[in-house]
Amino acid sequence: MTYLTKPTLHHPTLVKNKAGYTRRDYEGKVSTLCAGCGHDSISAAFIQACWELDIQPHRVAKLSGIGCSSKTPDYFLGNSHGFNTVHGRMPSVLTGANLANRELIYLGVSGDGDSASIGIGQFAHVMRRGVNMTYIVENNGVYGLTKGQFSATADQGSKSKKGVANTDSPVDMVALALQLGATYVGRSFSGDKRQLVPLIKGALAHQGAAFLDVVSPCVAFNNHAGSTKSYDYVREHNEAVSRIDFITTRSEITVDYPEGEVVEVAQHDGSTLRLRKLHPEYDPTNRISAMNYIQEHHAKGEVVTGLLYVDPQPEDLHTHLNTAEMPFNRMGKKELCPGSAMLERINASLR
Amino acid sequence: MKPTDIGNPAYFHKVVDCQWACPAHTPVPEYIRLIAQGRYSDAYMINWESNVFPGVLGRTCDRPCEPACRRGRVEEENAEKPEPVAICRLKRVAADYKDDVSARMPKVPSKKNGKRIACVGAGPASLTVARDLAPLGYDITVFDGEKKAGGFIRSQIPKFRLPESVIDEECGYILDLGVNFVAGQHIDSLKDLLTQGFDAIFVGSGAPRGRDLDIPGRKEAAKNIHIGIDWLSSVSFGHIDKIGKRVIVLGGGNTAMDCCRSSRRLGGDDVKVVVRSGFDEMKASPWEKEDAMHEGIPILNFHVPKAFLHTDGKLSGMTFEVVKAEYDSKGRRSLVPSGQPDVTLECDDVLVAVGQENSFPWIERDVGLEFDKWGLPVVDQVTMQSTVKNVFFGGDAAFGPKNIIWAVAHGHEAAVSIDKFCQSEDVAVRPPPMVRMLSQKMGIHEWSYDNGVANDSRYKVPLKDINLALKNIKVEVELGFDPQLAWKEAQRCLNCDAQTVFADAKCIECDACVDICPMDCITFTLNGEEDELRKRLSAPATNKSQDLYVSGTLKTSRVMVKDEDMCLHCGLCAERCPTGAWDMQKYFMQTAKAGPACRPKNPTPARRAA
Ligand SMILES: Cc1cc2nc3c(=O)[nH]c(=O)nc-3n(C[C@H](O)[C@H](O)[C@H](O)COP(=O)(O)OP(=O)(O)OC[C@H]3O[C@@H](n4cnc5c(N)ncnc54)[C@H](O)[C@@H]3O)c2cc1C
Ligand SMILES: Cc1ncc(C[n+]2csc(CCOP(=O)(O)OP(=O)(O)O)c2C)c(N)n1
Ligand code: SF4
Ligand code: SF4
Ligand code: SF4
Ligand SMILES: [Mg+2]
Repeated sequence: MTYLTKPTLHHPTLVKNKAGYTRRDYEGKVSTLCAGCGHDSISAAFIQACWELDIQPHRVAKLSGIGCSSKTPDYFLGNSHGFNTVHGRMPSVLTGANLANRELIYLGVSGDGDSASIGIGQFAHVMRRGVNMTYIVENNGVYGLTKGQFSATADQGSKSKKGVANTDSPVDMVALALQLGATYVGRSFSGDKRQLVPLIKGALAHQGAAFLDVVSPCVAFNNHAGSTKSYDYVREHNEAVSRIDFITTRSEITVDYPEGEVVEVAQHDGSTLRLRKLHPEYDPTNRISAMNYIQEHHAKGEVVTGLLYVDPQPEDLHTHLNTAEMPFNRMGKKELCPGSAMLERINASLR
Repeated sequence: MKPTDIGNPAYFHKVVDCQWACPAHTPVPEYIRLIAQGRYSDAYMINWESNVFPGVLGRTCDRPCEPACRRGRVEEENAEKPEPVAICRLKRVAADYKDDVSARMPKVPSKKNGKRIACVGAGPASLTVARDLAPLGYDITVFDGEKKAGGFIRSQIPKFRLPESVIDEECGYILDLGVNFVAGQHIDSLKDLLTQGFDAIFVGSGAPRGRDLDIPGRKEAAKNIHIGIDWLSSVSFGHIDKIGKRVIVLGGGNTAMDCCRSSRRLGGDDVKVVVRSGFDEMKASPWEKEDAMHEGIPILNFHVPKAFLHTDGKLSGMTFEVVKAEYDSKGRRSLVPSGQPDVTLECDDVLVAVGQENSFPWIERDVGLEFDKWGLPVVDQVTMQSTVKNVFFGGDAAFGPKNIIWAVAHGHEAAVSIDKFCQSEDVAVRPPPMVRMLSQKMGIHEWSYDNGVANDSRYKVPLKDINLALKNIKVEVELGFDPQLAWKEAQRCLNCDAQTVFADAKCIECDACVDICPMDCITFTLNGEEDELRKRLSAPATNKSQDLYVSGTLKTSRVMVKDEDMCLHCGLCAERCPTGAWDMQKYFMQTAKAGPACRPKNPTPARRAA
């Protein structure tokens, strides 16, 4: 953290987006995380992505659990809605909020402890249900906030700061999400914003359950030699399957990447994901081959990153339940409380 | 790009924009911090060391530091009117609120080193030479035709800008160093002076001749037409204490501004400044123009004087041709007739302030001293040495009229040269500056400088009530900052000497510094040629006068590039860095002054043969 609030002075060339805001307007309070924590970089990536997408800050709801990662929503989008749930319970609160008002953009911010240990049950169900959200796990392989115990995503054989090897098998959050029905699944690294920002933008635009597993080194407890979640390890073992550009309907963002085969995935909302394949055999629209591919590479000790799976025609919870489109907060008393006669009818239908 | 050589003292010096721009390279942020801490005497002494006349300069300096100040740049698009830190007026605060500093002045050795130096003129250039050399044991004699020391500081600058007591005090510190001041002795012959056994001579005689305007009526109306600088010195010395009601001041420089403002105080009710050029191209500093207009003095531009009008041998007015500016394809300006009818202005007196010239009637042309085609002596830009090896020049006498701070800067360099010359060293070999780098880290998030960035706009110096100010020419107009205002203004300084120092080997490329930097100064990217690199940084680096700080190649084969242009020196990059790859280090630099350190061959003065 820093003791100083970030000065409000900004570079004179800072530009406003279509919503009338500069990138700095999407910042939040000063971070209290350790200096160099990967989570802060992810916050910066969110800020960049939301600015680039011209998002109205008050149309975003950030929900999180407990942990250093779950604290970060305080450090970006300071003018958005926010809710800190109890440990591991973000998914159910997010689901509830989403049911009550589907018009907001939902951001679930969690850690590997929050989602893969105490919250793994809730995680499973929010994915199964296809809640329209961007769910991010800021994955450092430890419980950072409680001083660095191995989390459930720590790789077998990965060493703790004191040199003790982890003996348990890891939970692979990406594999879980794929298996449970998430319709947009990606993995990235906090130290690679070129990859992370477009991935987040694609997830925010995705109209279904989008899941991002972002390796985010804990500099205090898990950034030493022997750790598989350190800056050095991830850089050495990072295997990006593709480079992604996110193209909104309005503006084209051009990034120079080395040439490769280009696949364009048209999204439901009219935006396009342009993937420049780095692994020519990889098909990001096939769930089963994606699952196999990731497992094979994991066995080789590689961390596969990029957009791993996307369903261009996702369905979400509201579609499944055929709910009313109007948010609760705009319904009148009559719609929200249809009266005892209606209750009688419902009860009767259930007898 | 090649990795930046931060071992070169010039690299970080350039980052301290104000110090770099100051001819005497005063360590500005250091003294501003001391003022904020209420350590006025310490702040004064830092100034005194570099610029010799802090009280004088804190009121009158041309302040080249201020247009250079980073604050003006970073306030662009952030404040309504981007403005630099009031560096100059803060200097005055140090002078106004210091304690008695006489005990902190250098001690003069009781045993002299046997070398005798003559200084011609007692202006700021000569006095600086005397100040630098007297403590080293030199026997200094300063000659001036006037009764008191100070040169133009005393004779030209009106007392409402600079009270006499300040001049007395600061000239006094120097004369008290055992300097022989020979007052009232005008030097009439260099040849003669050269025979008087001085080891070296310094010429600091200024540019004492005011230009005249030879147009019809000049002779006939001579009684009421005055040369600006002659008139100002007569006012300063009390020989003149009134002027007509209607006054025209010709010229657009600072002398014109002093003439018109003085006139307003000596009976001129209707005072006008008339200039040939456009308002914006006038030589006077913007603040001096503002001060004049504040006192109800209009400035008429694009008026070229045509004739003095007179009736019965008495000045009655002037006629002017009205011109306009035209620019050729190369952007060169010429003034061409506008076609408008000539303008006649009535007046009782005219002050001619259209420029100054050097004149050296007392230097014989056969002593071996070369002059160039403009009548200026041939003087080395760095060593200040003339073509006569033991004669040195400085101040307005060297390269034409400049200002006090340049005179001081010349004085320091001439003193170094004279010291080296007298100790048989090569004057062309210049001493490097004295530089210290010191980490400011005190704790995890604590720095020994105040790294918070204030958002305040520039504070105005309070002024004396205008009616009172115009009544008496000796009443100082500016009241100066009080300690509270000074503290607030000091907070605007960005501590540009707290340098961001990057250690390649420690960086783990976590992006923390990039994310936190409020000004988007930092980028990790593949290296490239400067011009191309400048375009693809976090924020475009369009100000080429500011350097890019480039690291060596990092683990990911990228480099760290920092654009120095907009850095706030807030230290957040260093606070966010988990490995200490960034550190904030105070860069303290003072130019080398005359003395043992600047003569490597003879650190102790040569002993005289018994
Ligand atoms: C009206 C006016 C206002 C100014 N205001 C400012 C200002 O606000 N800020 C600023 O920075 N600068 C100002 N200047 C410029 C500044 O005064 C000069 O640049 C500066 O004083 C030059 O210093 P110097 O040491 O070279 O010589 P000077 O200050 O000119 O001193 C030269 C001295 O040498 C003496 N002398 C000359 N010839 C001989 C001789 N042969 N024998 C003995 N003595 C001799 C003269 O009597 C004089 O005292 C102003 C100038 C003028 C004319
Ligand atoms: C119900 C409950 N159980 C345990 C804790 C203690 N606790 C706080 S944070 C945390 C783990 C956080 O790990 P993770 O989600 O990975 O976050 P990180 O700090 O690593 O970003 C635990 C176990 C708690 N706050 N509440
Ligand atoms: S403990 Fe680890 S996860 Fe938590 S803030 Fe520090 S570096 Fe980040
Ligand atoms: S901000 Fe302070 S240190 Fe920086 S240039 Fe201005 S006065 Fe000098
Ligand atoms: S000190 Fe560091 S964080 Fe602050 S503006 Fe300069 S580079 Fe940016
Ligand atoms: Mg964790």
